[in-house]
Amino acid sequence: MTGTSLIAAPAISPSLDAAARRFAAKRRRSLYVGALVFAGLAALPYAIRDVYLQNVLVLTLLYAALSQSWNILGGYCGQISLGHALYFGIGAYATSILFVNYGVSPWLGLGFGAVLAASVALVIGWPCFRLGGHYFSIATIVIAEAGLLLVQNWDFVGGAMGVQWPFNPDSWATLQFARDKIPYAHLALGLLVATWLVTFVVAESRWGYGWRAVKDDPVAARSLGVEVFRSKMAAAAISAFFTAIGGGLYASYVSYIDPESVMSFRFSLLFALPAVLGGVGTLWGALVGAAILIPITEISRSYLGGTGSGIDLIFYGGLVMVVAIARPEGVLSLFKRSRAARNEEA
Amino acid sequence: MTMQALVQVLASGLLTGLIYGLVAVGLSLIFGLMDVVNFAHGEFLMLAMYLTFGLVVVSGLDPIVLMPLVAALMFVLGGTVYLGVVRFAMRAKANQGMVQIFATFGLAILLQGVAQYLFTPDYRSLQVSWLGGKTLDLGGVYLPWPQVFGALVSLAAFGGLYLLMTRTDFGRALEATREDQGAVALVGIDRNRIFALGWGLGAALVGLAGAVLTVFYYIHPGVGGAFALIAYVTVALGGFGSVFGALAAGLIVGLVEAATTLVLPPSLKSVGVYALYLLVVLVRPQGLFGRL
Repeated sequence: MTGTSLIAAPAISPSLDAAARRFAAKRRRSLYVGALVFAGLAALPYAIRDVYLQNVLVLTLLYAALSQSWNILGGYCGQISLGHALYFGIGAYATSILFVNYGVSPWLGLGFGAVLAASVALVIGWPCFRLGGHYFSIATIVIAEAGLLLVQNWDFVGGAMGVQWPFNPDSWATLQFARDKIPYAHLALGLLVATWLVTFVVAESRWGYGWRAVKDDPVAARSLGVEVFRSKMAAAAISAFFTAIGGGLYASYVSYIDPESVMSFRFSLLFALPAVLGGVGTLWGALVGAAILIPITEISRSYLGGTGSGIDLIFYGGLVMVVAIARPEGVLSLFKRSRAARNEEA
Repeated sequence: MTMQALVQVLASGLLTGLIYGLVAVGLSLIFGLMDVVNFAHGEFLMLAMYLTFGLVVVSGLDPIVLMPLVAALMFVLGGTVYLGVVRFAMRAKANQGMVQIFATFGLAILLQGVAQYLFTPDYRSLQVSWLGGKTLDLGGVYLPWPQVFGALVSLAAFGGLYLLMTRTDFGRALEATREDQGAVALVGIDRNRIFALGWGLGAALVGLAGAVLTVFYYIHPGVGGAFALIAYVTVALGGFGSVFGALAAGLIVGLVEAATTLVLPPSLKSVGVYALYLLVVLVRPQGLFGRL
């Protein structure tokens, strides 16, 4: 394509149509690629015999889904939340308490936790979205820490002791599988597909364009008629909703939760990092980032002298630092660059 | 409750508050200078504590004597972190705010890892200072000397900082860079040099706080987290970038924390501070002395 046709395009309807067609074709291609990748991931747990590696796969898929949820608020809307552990904890606790204390099906618990977390996100967003940039990030850290402290001291939810799921026979009704990890891989994959589809649909909707405008320049976005505050609130609610479902699934997977093990700050960081590593505000960044980060941290924890030696932390922290500085657009952008270069050569 | 007990609680709240101010001021200074939040601030404090610990073990001297040396070493560390990490993070063309957050967070995790590698995750404490265990009796109100000393160091540091910022060329250059990063280049101030020195100064101040804390607080690789949270709240309350706002806010945070222990069990002592923070966010998001 030449430069002149690019500039003239908006005035001439045939080439506008062509652009729209190209865009639609690109969207269709994305869907096909998505279907292929997710079908492959659905088959993958059957190919892995080793239980340890199956565990790594479950965690990778789960963190990919959680990071994609974070990505909706942090990546697309540009509001860097470092307090998503709060929503994760709400989901984990809502599902566990309803099931263990009241015998409510975890499926309902997941839904309840998700709605509760989305509501909490709106309540928190109301004061916090007036804060810009770093101020917002710090507010999310403090609020999540306050939530952790309250749960630790709240006897109704087990206080610092936490909640233990009872032992039951394997069943999809109770989401409990004592020996089999494959169902959990599929549950996590299901959540990943859901978050991916939501991102796919919303990113190219009016909301999605609003989010990106808010991310790039809130003042300019407002002057163009984007309802900045409402877009942020919508992104926060959707993001919290799926994060809570992830929390509920995690609780059923580990079958024992306590405040530190689902609400500590390191989770908030773990939800953000895969998207940051892979590429924030992209469809595939979270999955690519999780596929790099989670196996590395799990395996380095097991083989580099275990937790406690600190080598895993040095490695992990160094990776985050280097990627943030050297590749702010994430690892995925490496491929984009090369494709652009290929097009130029052609 | 007797009057005396109330005075006792408030007095120890004031001492803690002064130390909180010293912990937080470096964070505020750096933010005011260049709009960067150092998310590794707590880890700077943790490193200063281990540095003090290590120097005491090696030299056998009292931590109080080693305090200036710790501050000087932390100054070098702060400047190095700016030149080696933050300078590059600020050059990012895409996602600038995010890059700063995650570059300093990555650094924080890395520093925790280094501390864990060198010193193991065990809790340690130093009980070799001649201040250790002594208390000051003020007409029936007993104050532990290590905390009193820490509070005095904090006041001295803020006094020195005031002189530095008002009476020296460096202070004026710092103030000018805070006002307008672009314009200072026109009058021949090397922005990069001021930033590096600012990071050094910020790290040296938190280094002092770390050295003071080792006399009465335990040390472990994660110790920075709790103090970093207090520092964020303090800086948000005082106003991001306001150096003396950090002092006033530190005092308020210390007092609120002490007052909370009067009505709630010790495990909930931070609730009052968090509630205060939320109130600030709701009512005065720029903090007491800050500008948004």
